[in-house]
Amino acid sequence: MTGTINIDGQNIPFEEGQTIIEAATAAGIYIPHLCHKPGYTPHGSCKLCTVKVNGRNCSACTFPAADGQTVINNSDELQQDRRRITQMLFVEGNHMCPSCEKSGNCQLQGVAYHLNMLDNHFPHFFAHREVDASHPDILIDHNRCIFCNLCVRASKEKDGKNVFAIAGRGINKRLIVNSPSGQLKDSDIAPGDCAAHVCPTGAILIKRTGYQVPIGQRIYDHHQISEVALAEETGHGE
Amino acid sequence: MMKTFLDKVLAKADYQAVRLLSILREVQAQYRHIPGEAIDLLAEALNIPRTQIISVVEFYSFLHLTPQGRYDILISDSITDHMLDKENLLSYFSSALQVKVGDVRSDGLVSLNNTSCTGMCDQGPAGLINGMALTRLDRPKIDEIAALVAAEKPLSEWPAHLFIVSDNIHKTGLLLASSLDGGAAIRATFSRGIAETQAELDRSGLRGRGGAGFKTAMKWRFCAEEKSDTHYVVCNADEGEPGTFKDRVLLNSYADQVFEGMTVCAAIIGASRGFLYLRGEYLHLHDKLQAILQKRREAGLLGSGILGSNLNFDIEICLGAGAYICGEESALIESLEGKPGIPRNRPPYPVTSGYLNKPTVVNNVETFMAAANIAARGGDWFSDFGTEKSAGSKILSICGDCEKPGIYEYPFGVSIRQILTDCGADDVMGVQIGGPSGTFIGNQELDRQLAFEDLATGGSFIIFNNSRNVLAIAQNFTHFFAHESCGFCTPCRVGTSLLKNQLDKIVGGHGSAGDVVELESLCHLVKNNSHCGLGQTAANPILTTLQRYPDLYQKQLKDISYEPGFDLDGALEIARRMAHRDDAAAHLSQVED
Ligand SMILES: Cc1cc2nc3c(=O)[nH]c(=O)nc-3n(C[C@H](O)[C@H](O)[C@H](O)COP(=O)(O)O)c2cc1C
Ligand code: SF4
Ligand code: SF4
Ligand code: FES
Repeated sequence: MTGTINIDGQNIPFEEGQTIIEAATAAGIYIPHLCHKPGYTPHGSCKLCTVKVNGRNCSACTFPAADGQTVINNSDELQQDRRRITQMLFVEGNHMCPSCEKSGNCQLQGVAYHLNMLDNHFPHFFAHREVDASHPDILIDHNRCIFCNLCVRASKEKDGKNVFAIAGRGINKRLIVNSPSGQLKDSDIAPGDCAAHVCPTGAILIKRTGYQVPIGQRIYDHHQISEVALAEETGHGE
Repeated sequence: MMKTFLDKVLAKADYQAVRLLSILREVQAQYRHIPGEAIDLLAEALNIPRTQIISVVEFYSFLHLTPQGRYDILISDSITDHMLDKENLLSYFSSALQVKVGDVRSDGLVSLNNTSCTGMCDQGPAGLINGMALTRLDRPKIDEIAALVAAEKPLSEWPAHLFIVSDNIHKTGLLLASSLDGGAAIRATFSRGIAETQAELDRSGLRGRGGAGFKTAMKWRFCAEEKSDTHYVVCNADEGEPGTFKDRVLLNSYADQVFEGMTVCAAIIGASRGFLYLRGEYLHLHDKLQAILQKRREAGLLGSGILGSNLNFDIEICLGAGAYICGEESALIESLEGKPGIPRNRPPYPVTSGYLNKPTVVNNVETFMAAANIAARGGDWFSDFGTEKSAGSKILSICGDCEKPGIYEYPFGVSIRQILTDCGADDVMGVQIGGPSGTFIGNQELDRQLAFEDLATGGSFIIFNNSRNVLAIAQNFTHFFAHESCGFCTPCRVGTSLLKNQLDKIVGGHGSAGDVVELESLCHLVKNNSHCGLGQTAANPILTTLQRYPDLYQKQLKDISYEPGFDLDGALEIARRMAHRDDAAAHLSQVED
């Protein structure tokens, strides 16, 4: 089935099997997202991509496009909810942006800029989270994990391994590593793995590459995440 | 030694990774936790990553990575237990057993903790000991339990009176009053024909009894029409909505009819395997249900060639392990597959892609029981009762402030007032209909009706009299959701905890102007953006009470424009402990009054 859907008044075509976000991206429309990445199995967990489809809230990254849908993407109400959801992610973990190596290249930050988020709004949880610096080349700072599951999928789907999983329940979610000790150094991750590079935040970093690009000259220091995402993702999309 | 034990457990589970939950339940029962060595051995034997095992252990409340007591005692935290003095009984328990709530005693003999509603609200205060239901707890019983624990008497030798679970059926109706001979519904289905039975089901107007009210005939037809080599039937007996316990009674006294309904469904959709997903809290029913299944096999009502036809169908019982979210049908299916109960993305729906991605019908216990009776007696027998949009009857679990808590069956359309009269409730302040995820109604609304088009309920009906505190009720329910959120999606994972903290701040007298407005907007955020029904209803306790009692909320607020959510004095606690100080100067007041 192919056909057209209407996003914020604009008619765009879609192909059989496409989700709303895939159709939108192909048509040059940005829908904010964090857990979605073209070429990866959709996850649908961050809820940043929430759009109104025929009056009902749906996750654009998982919901299939179907002929005649009326989709609202860019309304004040949706943008406000997205801002609040992003703020939730900030207060849930411990994001000290000025001292984070990812600052400026971080998609969580990028989305926050895009949504004009000016404060954290909610009280902080000050969660106790660990840093796993055991691996010689790769660092995990759990303080910055937003449970987007991309590293889990990257390891499984791209690297053919199973290095990561998300365990726990509710607010006690945590990223765990598949090794006898639970430490990254005892897992079979390699620095070249997709899983080591896919993290949208600074939770998984490659060691000894820090600050090669000075802060101030990084991606989201100069570009809206909407432009960056569309440029990258229309290249990758199938 | 552990290896020998695991080999036995694994062999019983046929070395199937989908049976991980039942395997882990046995390991937990044997070792009081899931030891690291078991994780490694199971990962290898089942050929799954150890992270899957750890994720499952961390997800389910009844599985643990660290040892629990040899007597592991959990006390139900349902609002009705609180109304029966649960909090004092819990402290009494704690001192009788010499163990703090949430702890394991240092000798490892006993542990004590809270647990979400155990489905015994008509006979609380309730609890579980090593998974077995305890009811009507009081001080003499607690003394008795403490003595048995101290004597280290094996649970199997404990006096039976501690474990009595009653049906408490007070009002029968369409379903509860009629009996059905074993095989009658299956025979009627065969003699009438599959398509004709489908038509009867359609005519009956039966809608799902688990809460959402989807038309059962339509669900079965969608599933039957899916082209696939395999279809599955799943009976949802997770019954986790606080205040709901009717499925427990149906399975205790009407299980044959439930299994019969599943068998009729199998005949219609072409399934050869079915599952009963039984909440872990109902462990006490497990052996009895297994025996009933065995009897049905011997009677030719299950197994191959049922009643001489070409229908082959059997039912397996799978126990949950303490997770309300597993009542959500797609989370339930994940759980059946040996995974954490995280709701799937939809579409596809279970009727097209359910258990092992095969077309699957998931229905509530009561729905299958009704379907069996409809198959036997025809659709009109059912649709003659109820309202136009809500055909038939509804079985309620009534608890809280009334003389006769228990099971009541009514035709749909009955007024709330009638129900309250029948169960002996007076001085009513309000009723929680449909459990925490449902609606709170005040005593001005008692002429409303029980029906999908007015007040829908999966069965929960909790009555509060005028001595009860609305905010305490909302607080109990809000804590429940934060505890039970699966944590998959941001709005519910973070939002239910924010709701809990914000409500606690207000109820605790630390709220200031703007905090109620903030609470309400957070409610809408969680409701509108969450992934599944849990998050979408988690704010209902606050929203429905805030709508009816705005003044109660406002009265809690302080007369200042802002107060930090941060507890200044609480934050000094660690410093005080380190400095061994507790004098006045070591405390801070929150604001200069
Ligand atoms: C959080 C949550 C918990 C649920 N718990 C139950 C339950 O314990 N029992 C049940 O039958 N349905 C429960 N449901 C509804 C199921 O998802 C599903 O709709 C139902 O089992 C379908 O059966 P029915 O059509 O016979 O009602 C729950 C739904 C949600 C969102
Ligand atoms: S570590 Fe990064 S990629 Fe992995 S779940 Fe956390 S935020 Fe996502
Ligand atoms: S709404 Fe809550 S329970 Fe449902 S998927 Fe999201 S986090 Fe899990
Ligand atoms: S991008 Fe769609 S839910 Fe995360």
